[in-house]
Amino acid sequence: MRAALFVPCYVDQLWPRAALAAVRVLESHGVEVVFPEDQTCCGQPMSNAGLAAAAEPLARRFLEVFGGFEAVVCPSGSCTSMVRNHYDAFLAGAPGFEKLKARTFELCEFLVDVLGVRGARGRFPHKVALHQSCHGLRELGLGVPSERLLPRTNKVDALLRTLGGIDLVPLARPDECCGFGGTFAVAEEAVSVLMGKDRIEDHTRAGAEIVTATDVSCLMHLEGVARRERRPLRFMHVAEVLAEALA
Amino acid sequence: MTGARATGGHPAAAAEFVANEPRARWHDQALWFVRDKRDRAASLVPDWERLRDAAAAIRAHSRGRLADLLEEFEAKAVACGAKVHWAADAAEHNAIVHRLLSERGVRRVVKSKSMLTEECGLNEYLGARGIEVVDTDLGERIVQLAGEPPSHIIFPAIHKKREEIGALFHEKLGTAEGLADPKALTEAARGHLRERFLAAEAGITGVNFAVAETGGVVVCTNEGNADMGTSLPRLHIACMGVEKIVPRLEHLAVLLRLLARSATGQPITTYTSHFQGPMEGGELHVVIVDNGRSALLADPSVRGALACIRCGACMNTCPVFRRSGGYSYGWVVPGPIGSILASARDPAAHATLPFASTLCGSCDAICPVKIDLHGELLVQRRTLAARGLVSPGKRLGMRLVAFVLAHRALYEAAGRLLRLALRRLPRSLLYGPWNVWGRRRELPAPPEESFRETWRRTRGARG
Repeated sequence: MRAALFVPCYVDQLWPRAALAAVRVLESHGVEVVFPEDQTCCGQPMSNAGLAAAAEPLARRFLEVFGGFEAVVCPSGSCTSMVRNHYDAFLAGAPGFEKLKARTFELCEFLVDVLGVRGARGRFPHKVALHQSCHGLRELGLGVPSERLLPRTNKVDALLRTLGGIDLVPLARPDECCGFGGTFAVAEEAVSVLMGKDRIEDHTRAGAEIVTATDVSCLMHLEGVARRERRPLRFMHVAEVLAEALA
Repeated sequence: MTGARATGGHPAAAAEFVANEPRARWHDQALWFVRDKRDRAASLVPDWERLRDAAAAIRAHSRGRLADLLEEFEAKAVACGAKVHWAADAAEHNAIVHRLLSERGVRRVVKSKSMLTEECGLNEYLGARGIEVVDTDLGERIVQLAGEPPSHIIFPAIHKKREEIGALFHEKLGTAEGLADPKALTEAARGHLRERFLAAEAGITGVNFAVAETGGVVVCTNEGNADMGTSLPRLHIACMGVEKIVPRLEHLAVLLRLLARSATGQPITTYTSHFQGPMEGGELHVVIVDNGRSALLADPSVRGALACIRCGACMNTCPVFRRSGGYSYGWVVPGPIGSILASARDPAAHATLPFASTLCGSCDAICPVKIDLHGELLVQRRTLAARGLVSPGKRLGMRLVAFVLAHRALYEAAGRLLRLALRRLPRSLLYGPWNVWGRRRELPAPPEESFRETWRRTRGARG
């Protein structure tokens, strides 16, 4: 199978190891990965700022760049959700848009739902806490959030759990937001940082060595707070965990 | 009161709240306790999610037939002997209530919990006209004694520690100094309120639901204060927003099961009082208030918010509300639902509220009537931007970023520059006062190469 890799702008520039890891994981499952180099950003920052006019050209560009692929895979739940759940405001009715929406996947979702992967390969003998990134969890439905009274299934957790030797530690608040929230991180700096500190406290108490998540944005924020607070936690994208287990 | 209407809006008020970190944490934990209790209560109801679906359908239906249902309610209520009054706005509401009271020479009123009368500023209005209104819900009485508005729609005094309530009661009610035992304080309040109940000449209540088919109104309390306040005086005035209407009594079987569990984690409120017509020898007046609601109904982008049954679950689950407190929103209804309602009513006055959210979506996942709260917050952001209420700096900055992102070469150059700056600039410059991110957080450690640079180097240009 051939898949186009959609690498969010901040991952490309600031945390490329998550995308490199995603390539390794996908290729280990026999996927032919292509990287359309004309891609830049999905436009979520502008859209969430309310500036639809600034976001629209980026949505159109995204459709042009990715419209021709049978699958688009992204190591971010938030940016995937932007395409699937928020592009209607800009692209409703555009030729190829419905197909693009249906064929754009977050990495774990692609592994589980499209490739039918039931067990991740390799060993990862560490104490890991899974931070549930909100948009992947609640907008994409990668799992059932704690507010809902439904059987607790979770694609990311299920994948990680199959790694040899992994110890997934439970959190007191299993899916509270980290406080990043895009421009919120700066506009509401005080609340954002306190939310981050509280998540780090929860992960620390759970005895985690490594915090993992489907979104680099959450990790960048949490890592920034943890480093300032001199907490010894390590932060790895889910793709990095899966790739390191392959090694 | 520190409010979002003050300069700086929600971020400034929230920063002030967070500055006292132990207190912000305590507030967070108090409300998380309620969230946790709600989770456990909801988990004991089979088919909770189907109940939410049913509630959402009932609320959508009621909204769609609002005018018809209100007229049906009026006819039935009148047939039961109640009087129905219509108020277009807060001023009319207050004038109607004042007229009813002054015509009967009433000087002392007891009131059970009503966010609508808070919204209309009824206490101040009547107070200025020589009528004393005593709030009889314990939490509301606490904030009333303190001269503050409620900070939460279900727990009006959630922001106060018991020691502070003890000090307040010592000053206002003459309790022993240093008394902070919740049970003893509650007893003191009960004694104090009992006198007010006995002296009251009229009782005002809010309305949780008005039933069109019966013409009855339903009030939910935990303290029985609505019953007490309407059983002793001969005059009962019930004030309700137009959206409180439900078609049939049987719909309460859905909504009441969700309300208390979502609000406090109780299976049901201690008292669910149905008022259908006046008591013998008494009067029941129902004041039906619009005050901006039909404008919301006319706007497809926000009408979903009218489904709200005021359970407060979105506040208890909101990680921002828990850490910034109700006052930081500067409006009568705070939290996610309040941010939508306030911004839809007066965008200019509440321009920071739709941004007081990370859009985590916990609110809509918990909402018992399934309002798409985070989706509506996003809609409000767009409305603000369309009306030019997003700061020029942010608008210009975002346009610039969007322009760069729309041109691959510019994007790649900007990315290289950013990584270079992160690597080379001295810390003193990098973490200058302009860097809001870096005040209490490190910037990411920049990689040598972007993903695409590595890709090009190792795989050549393809795809």
